[in-house]
Amino acid sequence: MKAFLMYPGQDFDAEADLPAGAQALIEDLGLQTLFGAMSGDDEFLYAVAERAVLTSLAEPEAVRYRQHALRDCLDQAQAVREMYQVAVDAVLGSKKIYRGIFSQSPDATLRWAMEMLQLFTGLLHRLREIADTNAANFRSQAFCTLFQTLAAELSDDFFAAVDEHLSQLRFRGGVLVSARLGKGSKGIRYVLRRAGERRRGWISRITGNDSDGFTMRIADRDESGHRTLAELRGRGINLAASALAQSADHMLSFFTMLRCELGFYVGCLNARDRLSEAGEPVCFPEPVAADGPARLSFHGLYDVCLSLRLDRGRAVGNDAGADGKTLVIITGANQGGKSTFLRSVGLAQLMMQCGMFVGAESFTDTLCTGLFTHYRREEDAEMESGKLDEELARMSEIADRVTPGSIVLFNESFAATNEREGSEIARQIVRALLESGVRVFLVTHFFDLAHSLYQQGSGESLFLRAQRREGGQRTFRLVEGEPEPTSYGLDLYQRIFGTADQAQSAATR
Amino acid sequence: MSFHSILFDEPSAAVEHDQPGYFTDLNLDQVVTAIAAGRGEYDLAPFFYTRLRAVSAITYRQEVMRDLQDDTLSACIATFARQMKTMREHLRQSKSMHYQRQKQHWFLDAAATYCDAVTTLGADLADAELGSRGFCAFRDHLASYARSEAFATLATDANRLRSQLTAIQYCLDISGNRIRVTKYDREVDYSAEVVDTFARFKQGAVKSYGSKFPDLAEMDHVEAGILDLVAKLHPDVFASLDEFTDTHDGFLDPTVAAFDREVQFYTAYLEFAGQLGQAGLGFCYPQVSAESKEISASETFDVALASKLASQHQPVVCNDFFLRGPERILVVSGPNQGGKTTFARTFGQLHHLASLGLLVPGTRAQLFLFDQLFTHFERGENLQDLRGKLEDDLTRIHGILGQATASSIVIMNEILTSTTLQDAVYLGTRVLEQIIDLDLLCVCVTFIDELASLGPATVSMTSTVVPHNPAERTYRIVRKPADGLAYALAIAEKYRLTYRALRERVRP
Repeated sequence: MKAFLMYPGQDFDAEADLPAGAQALIEDLGLQTLFGAMSGDDEFLYAVAERAVLTSLAEPEAVRYRQHALRDCLDQAQAVREMYQVAVDAVLGSKKIYRGIFSQSPDATLRWAMEMLQLFTGLLHRLREIADTNAANFRSQAFCTLFQTLAAELSDDFFAAVDEHLSQLRFRGGVLVSARLGKGSKGIRYVLRRAGERRRGWISRITGNDSDGFTMRIADRDESGHRTLAELRGRGINLAASALAQSADHMLSFFTMLRCELGFYVGCLNARDRLSEAGEPVCFPEPVAADGPARLSFHGLYDVCLSLRLDRGRAVGNDAGADGKTLVIITGANQGGKSTFLRSVGLAQLMMQCGMFVGAESFTDTLCTGLFTHYRREEDAEMESGKLDEELARMSEIADRVTPGSIVLFNESFAATNEREGSEIARQIVRALLESGVRVFLVTHFFDLAHSLYQQGSGESLFLRAQRREGGQRTFRLVEGEPEPTSYGLDLYQRIFGTADQAQSAATR
Repeated sequence: MSFHSILFDEPSAAVEHDQPGYFTDLNLDQVVTAIAAGRGEYDLAPFFYTRLRAVSAITYRQEVMRDLQDDTLSACIATFARQMKTMREHLRQSKSMHYQRQKQHWFLDAAATYCDAVTTLGADLADAELGSRGFCAFRDHLASYARSEAFATLATDANRLRSQLTAIQYCLDISGNRIRVTKYDREVDYSAEVVDTFARFKQGAVKSYGSKFPDLAEMDHVEAGILDLVAKLHPDVFASLDEFTDTHDGFLDPTVAAFDREVQFYTAYLEFAGQLGQAGLGFCYPQVSAESKEISASETFDVALASKLASQHQPVVCNDFFLRGPERILVVSGPNQGGKTTFARTFGQLHHLASLGLLVPGTRAQLFLFDQLFTHFERGENLQDLRGKLEDDLTRIHGILGQATASSIVIMNEILTSTTLQDAVYLGTRVLEQIIDLDLLCVCVTFIDELASLGPATVSMTSTVVPHNPAERTYRIVRKPADGLAYALAIAEKYRLTYRALRERVRP
C-alpha cells in the first residue's frame, strides 16, 4: 500500500542526499526563505520542502502530475491538512511505544509489535473515514488513486483478520514448531505451525510415546535444560514475532511516507497562504519538454523569496519573451535588479520542476536537466590571489556535472581578475557551454564581455538591461537593450557620498 | 607424461623457506603479503621465494598460467578450492564434536563435499581446452582416480546418506516442561499467515526483528535428547551413518591435496594481477633468456606501489626501458620524488617475477634469467656517523662485487650520499667500472650526473616534471640527459576550463 502522491507509481525519497551542488543553489537563490515559508517553522516540513524543491523532475508529465494534485490541495485544504494530521499522529504516537533496548527476546518483540498494530489500526480507521467523506471532491490522479487504494485495502475483512491474529498470537495452548536436520544434525529452519487435529489429547496420555512420536520431559531442577527449552520455543515464535514487527514497520513506513508526501503539499499550501497575504499572484507554469527548442516566456515574474522577506509592498515583476534564446545577458545599473531577476529565474525554474506554482502571472519554460549557479562569493576577501582559483575550481566542479539541457546562472563571475582576463575566461566558458547545449544566464558588469557577445549577435541571445530613468532613479525592471559601457557606479557613489557636483569636482580634483 | 606437480616440470625441486635478501629492498615482501592475503592456510610464500633455474621450468609454469587465464577454467579451480576448504572445515568440526551422532554427520559432510569437489573438477577438466603439459597430466591423473572403485563407493554412499538426512522433517510440540517429537505432518505455516495479512503494507526492505540465537555447532543434552528421539523415528538412516564413518576413514588422496595447495600459487597471483588490470594496468608473459642481455619492457610499473595506489583509486605511472648492443647499465638521475627508486624496484621485481614463471607488469617484456640479484639501497640508520656509513656502503658493494658473476643483476639506489661530491664521483666511477668489467646488468640511481656517461655500457635516464609546473612530478623516467624546465601555466588550462577542454568535458 503506497501513497504515490509525488510520482505515479513511485515513492518520494525523503532520505536521499541533496543533489551535489544543492548548497550553492540554497545560498545563491536564497532558498532558506522559501523553505521557511513552506515549513512554518516545522523542521520536518522544512526537510521535505528542501528535498522536494531541490530534486527536480525531468518530464512535463511528472510535473503536471504534481500540479494536478496541488490544485486539489489548494481547493481541499482542510481535508488535506486533516489527513496530514493522522499521519503525524501515527508517526509521533509510535515513538511513544516503548521497546526495551535489552529485551530483544521474541516475546518482547511480539508484545511491542502488537501494541504498535493496535495504534495503527485505529488511525487507519480514521484515515478510511476521511477518505470516505471527501473522496468525491478530488479530481487529480494522485489523490483519486490513493482514495481507491484506501477503500480497497482497508476493508472490514482486513480489520477482522488483524483482530484474529492479535488473539492467536497469545499462544495459550503451547507452541508447535517444525524443524529439519542441519549441519552436524543441529535443528534448523524452525517454523511455527498451526496445530492440527491429532495434537489434541497427547498431553493427557501417560507416557506420550506411541507410533507417532516420543516425548521427553525436562527435570524441574535442570536449569540449563529449561533454558534450552525456552530457546527452542523462542526459535519457534521468532519468525512470527519478527513478521509482526515488520508489519508494524511497514505500516509505520506507510504513515511516514504519507506524512512526507502530504507534507510537500502542506508546505505548498503554507507558501501560497503567505504569498496571498502579501497580495502576490501565483500561477501554475507551463512546462515544456527538454528535447524541443528552448522556450522561455513570462509575465510578471518576481523573486518569491524577496517578496516573502519584504514587510510590505510587492516585489517588482518582469516580462520577457525569450523563446529560442539559449543565452540571456543581463547588464546595466548596479542595484538595478539584475541579481533579483537572475534569482527569480532560478527560483521559478526550481519551483516549476518540483511541481509547484511559481511567482508570476504566467510562465512557460523548458525543463532543464540540471540547474547550476556560479556566483561571485564575497568571502575570503583577504586571499585575493586565491580568489580566481576558487572561482575556477567551483566552475570546474560545475563542469564535472553539467550536461546538455542544463542551465547555468552566472552572477558577476570571474570578476576576481581584471576585465580583460575575466572576459576572456568567461567568453571561452560561455561559448563551450552554449555549443554543448547548455542554457546560460549571465549577469555581468564586464562591458568587454557583454559587448563582444552582443557583437557576435546570434539570434539565440537576449540582452536585458537594468532600467534607469533620467536622473538615475531605478525601476528595478529589466528591458531589452544593448550593453552600455558603464554600470552607473557613479550613481551609487553619488547617492552614498553626496551630490553629483561634489562628486564631479572630487573626480576632477 | 605422468603427473607430479602443477608447479614443477621435474620432481624433487627443493623449496626455499627464507625470503631472498633483496626482497625487502624491492618491496617484494609487501607484494607477496598482498598476493597471499586470505590464503594463509596454503602457505604460499615459499613458492614465491623459490626461483626457477631453467627456462624450461619457466615455460612449464607459463603454460599452466595461460590455461588458468581462461575464465572458465579459473572459475572451475575456484569452485574446487572452495569445496576443498569447506571439506577441511567439516573435518575439523567432526573432530571437535562431543556427541557421536554430530561427529558422524560432520564427517559425512566432509566426505560428500570432497566427492563433489573431485567429480566436478574431473568433469570440468574433461570439457576444458587445456594447452599446458601440467594441466593435461593432472587431468589424466584425476580421471583415473575418479574411476577407481574406492572413490566410486565413497561417493555413492555419501550422497545417498546425505539426501536421506536432508529429507527428515520433524515437529516439536512444546508445552510446559515436555517436548513431544513427531514426524512432520503438513501442519500449516502460521508465520506465513501473519505475513500474508499485512502484506498490503509492505514498503520495500525493513530491518529484521528476528532475535539472534547463539549459533553453536555443539549440542547440549536437550538437543542431543531430541536428536535421539528423531533417530528413533528414523532408525535405518542412522544405522547407515554409523557404518559410513567406520568404512571411509582417511578418504583424501595426497596428489589431489597437493594440487589444491599448489594451484593457489597461480590463482592468487592472477587475482592480484586482475585487480591491477581493473585499474588499467597490463601484465604480459616475458620472454626469458639465460644468454641475451638485450632486455626491455614496455609500460611496466612497480607492482607494490601500484597495488597500494590502485586500492586508493589513484593513477599509476608506467615506464619503459631497454638495453641493446653493449648497453648494460641504466643510470637514473633527475629531480627527487620523481619515481627513480620506484623505477629501480620495478626493474628488480620484473626479473624476480619472471624467474618464478609468472606474468610480469607491462605490455611487453624481454628479461634475463639471472643467477643472483643484489640490491644496495640506502639504509636510514646511522646518519650521524657519516664516515661509518661510507665505509659500510663500500664494504657492502665490495661484498656484492665479490659474489657477482656475469649472470648477476645489481641494483644500487642512492649510494655514496655520505661523502663529498668529488669523492662520490671518484668512488662511483670506480664502482661502475668494475660493474662494466664484470658485464653485469645494473640499475644505478644516483645524483652524480657524471656516472651517466661512462661509455657505451651506460644509458642515462632521468625523472621528469610537468613543464609548466616543476612542483608537479610526472613519475616518468625517460632516456635522456637531465635538462632545465619551463614553467607557466594558463590558469584556465589548469582547471580544464578553456573552450576546448570544456567542450570535451560536457558530454551527454
